Amino acid sequence: MGVRTTALRATAALGVAVLLASCGSGGNDTGEQTGGALEGRGEITFATGKDTSNNMQKLVDEWNASHPNEQVRIIELPESADAQRQQMVQNAQVKSDAYTILNLDVVWTAEFAANRWVVELPTDQLGLDKFLEPAVKTAQYRDKLYAVPVYSDGGLLYYRKDLLDAAGVKPPKTWAELIAACQAVKPAQPAIGCYAGQFEKYEGLTVNFDEAVHSAGGDVVDASGKPVVDSPEAKAGLDALVTAFQQGVIPQKAITYKEEEGRRAFQAGELVFHRQWPYQWNLAGKTDGSSQVAGKFDVAPLPGIDGPGSSTLGGHNFAISAFGKNKATAVDFIKFFSGEAAQRSNLLATSQAPTLASLYDDAELIKQFPYLPMLKASILSAKPRPQAVKYGDVTQAIQEAAYAALTGEKTSEVALKELQAKLQELVK
Amino acid sequence: MTVVARRARGATSGAGRLAVALLSPTFVVLALVVGYPLVAALRESVFREGTDLDESGFVVEGARFVGVDNYASVFAGESAVRFWNAFSNTTVFTVITVSLEVVIGVGMALVMHHALCWRGVVRASILVPWAVPTAVSALLWRWIFQADGVANSIIGQQVLWTTEGWQAKFAIILADVWKTAPFVGLLVLAGLQIIPNDVYEAARVDGASPWRQFWRITLPLVKPALLVAVLFRVLDALRMFDLPYVLIGPRKASAETLSMLAFEEAASLRFGPAAAYATLLFVYVAVTALVFVRLLGADVIGAARERAAKR
Repeated sequence: MGVRTTALRATAALGVAVLLASCGSGGNDTGEQTGGALEGRGEITFATGKDTSNNMQKLVDEWNASHPNEQVRIIELPESADAQRQQMVQNAQVKSDAYTILNLDVVWTAEFAANRWVVELPTDQLGLDKFLEPAVKTAQYRDKLYAVPVYSDGGLLYYRKDLLDAAGVKPPKTWAELIAACQAVKPAQPAIGCYAGQFEKYEGLTVNFDEAVHSAGGDVVDASGKPVVDSPEAKAGLDALVTAFQQGVIPQKAITYKEEEGRRAFQAGELVFHRQWPYQWNLAGKTDGSSQVAGKFDVAPLPGIDGPGSSTLGGHNFAISAFGKNKATAVDFIKFFSGEAAQRSNLLATSQAPTLASLYDDAELIKQFPYLPMLKASILSAKPRPQAVKYGDVTQAIQEAAYAALTGEKTSEVALKELQAKLQELVK
Repeated sequence: MTVVARRARGATSGAGRLAVALLSPTFVVLALVVGYPLVAALRESVFREGTDLDESGFVVEGARFVGVDNYASVFAGESAVRFWNAFSNTTVFTVITVSLEVVIGVGMALVMHHALCWRGVVRASILVPWAVPTAVSALLWRWIFQADGVANSIIGQQVLWTTEGWQAKFAIILADVWKTAPFVGLLVLAGLQIIPNDVYEAARVDGASPWRQFWRITLPLVKPALLVAVLFRVLDALRMFDLPYVLIGPRKASAETLSMLAFEEAASLRFGPAAAYATLLFVYVAVTALVFVRLLGADVIGAARERAAKR
């Protein structure tokens, strides 16, 4: 079952004859896959999703100017996360050296590490104590480090400050307070929806379901990786969402919301509360007429059942492909890209959450991004999604169960019991 | 006609050898681009990737030969429910969309054929949907069908089109008919253009009504072209993937088709089961095509020959 068979397998399954060409590129089977030696200097490539702000290119140009013999080239992959993962996986399966550094979503770490597609990294050389701890955890698999966190992400509760102020209520800390706040706002705003998150059947639903479960004190998988989702706490968390849908606290149409649909609704002034990532801050604050709520909103930590809630961790980590050449250069480049100067410029250009703790306390940056302290708190108390080798199957099972419960097709009890059984099968 | 063809085929052996020589590049290309992937997929479908972890948490590599296990598991337990649901979705979509497309497509062809003025504009505008890539048109329709979209403001109600239920099926059927009826129209138009005018003149002299002309002359004479169009559409619709995937989304029981099952498996790196799904779909498509050609006499090559002979 060598290089060729694997390539052929990919080809056959997809039925794409074009892929035949990739057999040729999978040349070197040195078999070197261990993390020990990160040697070799020279040109490398950096495979990543779309560089929307062009800041990646700017940073790479900066690096290239000072490293004439260790040039880095960006390879832009498709915009959708699934397509990015597929390309990286296909490359790994034919053991191609086309990608040196991989920009991995935090949930892919386990799969890439367990398949030996990325190499273990030397923890002591990377100064990880300066990073936010939950972000570093997403880069580990079985307590070993396989990537360096470069972007993080945490959910925030966006709320309409103007409406809450007018009704004389404070931003809610618990789910019950949130519902009470909506009722206080309702008399003045009869048509407004109370709350929305991401509830369409996709990765965002996994994120929102995990948050509901964690915020109620439950867990999807426990610290040792065992599924524990049929607990009363998990049920309480899911029930909070189910009841909210039934009672209209969450508008019916929110079942079709991904990030962007929800953002449009919030910006059109249709929602009092919206669970969303930090990227909405700049867009909803635009005063060019695209947002009706500019200057009228603020953010708070996510609410929980009894106390503050807990966000799901997002973000991206940089890993080194096991099949890439010039790994020493790759380590240096990752150090450069995750360093303070680069992360600061990334935050300024893209408003993506950094992973270095110091940037969240920087007065200059807080002036420009007032939500930073809130975001830091969100990330520090955030929980990762299940770190499973078969993460794709795990997230599908979660979406299946959550969607069935939210649409009333199954009771939350049945949905969670079935999910527990499926997860036990998948996380063995 | 067949007699003539047969006689021509059995000419001298020298001509036969020349024919083999001339055709062999075609066969080589066909073997490479059709035969090879087919055989590779079949071979693939009897293997399964290792997914077990060793003690330190690494995946044990290598694929095992599992015989018909991948096929058997398609028809066992939960995946059987999913498979038959996708099978019936695929069949329902195919039957309904192709029927609607035939009716609308013939209508479009008649309009394009008889348009007296602005002929170019009429034809071009009818063909626009066909020119739009499917994924792009699916995005357009998703925009139309979203909660605050055009569709809901037209009917004045809030229907959540992309959620589970009949409305998701309806959305797919509407979008597919919009996109591919012009294709049927185009092929039927080609058929209409070769019907000689004197047939209609004779009918008019005999006092046949336009309705009768349509049923007795137009339809029978355009039938070969129409059948080819229907055959192509059926084969196409059975493979439907991008439209439901983009418009409704993956893993929704109301919209899942057989192609989507194969795709989902492949995306989860289970290439063996994915190949099994793909093979089953291939068999379904092949059987449908065969039945279609046998029963309805859709003569793909013959229609072209007839047309050439008429000129």
